[in-house]
Amino acid sequence: MMKKEILKLRDVKVYFPVKAGVFNRTVGHVMAVDGVDLDIYRGEVLGLAGESGCGKTTLGKAILRLVEPTNGEVTYVSKEDDETELTSLEKKDMDPFRKKLQIVFQDPHSSLNPSFTIFGSLQDPLKKFGVNSKEERRKIIGDLLEAVNMRREYMDRYPHEFSGGQRQRIGIVRALCLDPELIVCDEAVSALDVSIQAQVLQLLMQLKKDNNLTYLFITHDLSVTEYLCDRIAVMYLGRIVELCDSEDLYKNTLHPYSEALISAIPVADLDKKTKRIVLEGDVPSPVNPPKGCPFHPRCPKAKDVCKTEVPTLKKYSTNGNEHYASCHLIDLPEIS
Amino acid sequence: MAKTSLDKKFDQIKKREEEKSFSTKKRSRIVSKFLNNRLAVFGLIIFTIIILASLFAPLLSPYDPMRVDLRSMRQAPSFDHWFGTDSTGRDVFTRVLFGGRVSIFIGLGSAILSAVVGIAVGCYAGYKGGWIDVIALRVSEIFMSFPQIILVLLLVSITGQSLFNLMAIFILTGWGGMYRLARARMLSLREEEYVQALRSFGLSTFTICYKHMLPNALSPIMVNITLSTAMFILTEAGLSFLGLGVPLNIPTWGNILNVAQDILILQNYWWMWGPVGLVISVFVLCVNFIGDGLRDSTDPSQQG
Ligand SMILES: Nc1ncnc2c1ncn2[C@@H]1O[C@H](COP(=O)(O)OP(=O)(O)OP(=O)(O)O)[C@@H](O)[C@H]1O
Ligand code: SF4
Ligand SMILES: [Mg+2]
Repeated sequence: MMKKEILKLRDVKVYFPVKAGVFNRTVGHVMAVDGVDLDIYRGEVLGLAGESGCGKTTLGKAILRLVEPTNGEVTYVSKEDDETELTSLEKKDMDPFRKKLQIVFQDPHSSLNPSFTIFGSLQDPLKKFGVNSKEERRKIIGDLLEAVNMRREYMDRYPHEFSGGQRQRIGIVRALCLDPELIVCDEAVSALDVSIQAQVLQLLMQLKKDNNLTYLFITHDLSVTEYLCDRIAVMYLGRIVELCDSEDLYKNTLHPYSEALISAIPVADLDKKTKRIVLEGDVPSPVNPPKGCPFHPRCPKAKDVCKTEVPTLKKYSTNGNEHYASCHLIDLPEIS
Repeated sequence: MAKTSLDKKFDQIKKREEEKSFSTKKRSRIVSKFLNNRLAVFGLIIFTIIILASLFAPLLSPYDPMRVDLRSMRQAPSFDHWFGTDSTGRDVFTRVLFGGRVSIFIGLGSAILSAVVGIAVGCYAGYKGGWIDVIALRVSEIFMSFPQIILVLLLVSITGQSLFNLMAIFILTGWGGMYRLARARMLSLREEEYVQALRSFGLSTFTICYKHMLPNALSPIMVNITLSTAMFILTEAGLSFLGLGVPLNIPTWGNILNVAQDILILQNYWWMWGPVGLVISVFVLCVNFIGDGLRDSTDPSQQG
């Protein structure tokens, strides 16, 4: 089957101004997302991994225009192949696309409004998108609650009556209530207990199958992504440094940063144990990213070129699959 | 369809969830915490008594607060006149009851109206940010830095003394504090994920900030309303004492107190100013107790 895009990101940048002084002047920018090119295909699970602060959440929000991209294009491709560039749309023209793109958040404690029952907080979006009768809204929410293995009656309860895992499932209900096509799962399980993580992940996968969803699965934990994701993008300081099939990321790692991340995954099998690559230093500030390759101050393989020249994301082939990476030291033939 | 092991697992979880007893409602926790605070409950009781007494003043007192009775001038407290009578023979107790109506109306009314203005501006500006917020912030600073007493003198000399002028001044100088409180709450609430989720549905700014966010910002505002009520009542008393507040023909607590300007009365007729001063102090104290109790019981960081 031909892979068809659902979303195309081109040179997406999100800069937050840094203000200081009495006059609140802009003294610099946090380059949270700094030039991301990415295609998301219909029906896939695309993992987005990277350390804390590398801009994963910001990229996810930029897709939904919860933060406005400073630059670049986000193009939505419908099932009928109609393309719409989202960032240049007027706010009110976004509405038809807001239905299609949704997000599940990380923190189950702040993801639900403490002053409203579940039905109370979920009914306004439904109302806005034309579900006018109250019975119908109750039916939709009730059905979805059952789909995430909760009882219909829970819709009349308040958030503080639920556990973290339950709240996260309610967050999933909210994302699903308008029948979306793509869901950004922003560390949707990281705040949960490990045993509950597995349940919620299985639930997400089941829902994906039932509803033909596409996921952008944001995580800082590469051990989860391998089994879940079709492809994985690794991010560092606002850029994508490696993008390939998830199997290839573990077997044919090309970028030294991904290598370090993978070596940090705890392994149960002692024989398989590889030497852990410890990254020195902290993530550099996204206000003043290092010159040359942004990773060079911490890269165990860094050479002189790395300090001056910025590597670009190039296309290679491993295992017969497309494999993108941005590093000067890859000795595979580049594919145009 | 055959049940997979996954289904079974979910069934188990479901059962556990059903068995789990759910905690009681959040609201009742706040109420019970408030009721555990002795001072606050005491305050609430006295507060209610004073309000009811002024509301039902005509039933409690046979006298007319305005009627001059020159035969019974300056009588000391007695069974007929609990707080005595004043220089024109009016019953002081009755005047305190009726004065309470106006004073409490001014205090509570100004506090609530300035909260309404402050919340309306603060919620929107705090949520939206940008230039609207900057302008609102500067305007509120101007109003808050303007000395109240000069504003009162100005307005009194321009438009004359009236109850509504006084309330207008209280609202003009009072909304800034409420605005800042509402704005600060909104600034922290707008990063909450449920707000982001609402935005991701493209709901209107009004729905998001007034319907969904405001209820979560209300408790510090409620506390502030009680505290401002107390403050406004005191200010009214002060201004009326100086003869700048409500016109003297309307009985208010401050206007009753006004007679104490006369050194003769201050020295010889304690009942004309003593009881009303006490009522003002007790009422303000009770309102403050209620405010403190509210603050403690709605503050999530103070458990217990
Ligand atoms: N609203 C904002 N204003 C200013 N800076 C911001 C804002 N939001 C994010 N940032 C900065 O942008 C950078 C990327 O943040 P982001 O939340 O996208 O990281 P992340 O990869 O999701 O990290 P985590 O794994 O901790 O969630 C960080 O340096 C952060 O401080
Ligand atoms: S370009 Fe150089 S510094 Fe950057 S990842 Fe490759 S080897 Fe390391
Ligand atoms: Mg994040």
